[in-house]
Amino acid sequence: MTPTEGTPTRTVRVHRYDRGDDAPHMELHEVPVGPTTTVLEALRWIQLHEDPTLGLRHSCFHASCGTCGVRVNGKERLACVTSLSEFSGTVTVDPIANLPVLHDVVVDMAPFFERYPTAHPIVRESEFLPESATPDGIAEHDRYEDCIECGLCLSACPVAATDDTYVGPAALAYAQRLLEEPRGADRDAILDWADQDNAAWRCHAAFECTEACPSGVQPAQRIMALRKQLRRHRRDQGRDVPDRQSSEEKV
Amino acid sequence: MSEQRAPASERDPGVEEILRARRDGGHVARKLPGPVAWFDLRNRSTGHLAFSLNRITGLGLVFYLYLHLGVLTLLLGGEDSWNGFLEVATLPVFLGLDVLLVFGLLVHGLNSTRLALIGSGYVPNHQKAMFWSLMAFGAIVLVYTALHVFGGE
Repeated sequence: MTPTEGTPTRTVRVHRYDRGDDAPHMELHEVPVGPTTTVLEALRWIQLHEDPTLGLRHSCFHASCGTCGVRVNGKERLACVTSLSEFSGTVTVDPIANLPVLHDVVVDMAPFFERYPTAHPIVRESEFLPESATPDGIAEHDRYEDCIECGLCLSACPVAATDDTYVGPAALAYAQRLLEEPRGADRDAILDWADQDNAAWRCHAAFECTEACPSGVQPAQRIMALRKQLRRHRRDQGRDVPDRQSSEEKV
Repeated sequence: MSEQRAPASERDPGVEEILRARRDGGHVARKLPGPVAWFDLRNRSTGHLAFSLNRITGLGLVFYLYLHLGVLTLLLGGEDSWNGFLEVATLPVFLGLDVLLVFGLLVHGLNSTRLALIGSGYVPNHQKAMFWSLMAFGAIVLVYTALHVFGGE
């Protein structure tokens, strides 16, 4: 569908990929825009008017659910709260980096969540009230943190770009948050988890995760705080230097 | 008696495709292939600049270490061999490389000091200011060194 004549338009360049394709390709679309049109609205317009096969994921439209994370002109952003007017010229939309692409700009988040430590305590006080019954098994999926688990930090991280085994900023920030308020979680187990070769010590302090985070979690600062706790933990255990032997044994 | 649910792949054939893509690894979007991404500063912040500089200077210093060891082997060739090298070492191009070496040492040393501090949990919220302050100090030292190297005495 061609935008109505006289309506201002912007060129949006979208990453297209389907499972089975040899390689991804980019597609150009002319999208009618207003002064506050967001990237998500532009993608939805393309999906509704030009190509219903365009795959995109979104839910809340207000930066709360973290499902619409993409790279806009190379920068990690939530599509729902990113205005096209922030960018000049053609706006390029890519899926977030360092995770497998399922379709177009939708990535498989399973490897992202698999990076997290296994301790998932119920932490909201309200959940202990009798009237707030939760479904069976929810406890293992519940986390207390301001992180919306959008994956933008992992996409922005230069270490994750070359090391798929690195647990990444979100999982480490979560571990630090858990240490601040363990509520029954095994503190030593969390510290041992964070002490692995591919965890807290793998971060190279580029602080790109903090720049990319849309909810102010400051993952890099939390990783640094986590290291401080790890040093104390090592000292308490009589270990002053990284114990390579024990790391290998863990593997 | 509760009804047995059909496997996810029968309820939605797309699930099996997703699981297969997951098993196969699929296409992973990367900014740039491999370590090249470390040096891609487009849309990146000060922290990434510091990260890239540390990698480049680190690689450069490792290269210099081996070069230095190679040059020292000239001593095995006796006095003439070493004096011949010293003549080359005082050429302007070589002096320029000396200044480049000092640049690498300053950037890597000062930035690593910053990394040691923030990596130990000290002042991580001021990492950008610390980077630019240390680099400004390094620039002053570099200019002084360059003047000294090219100025002779």
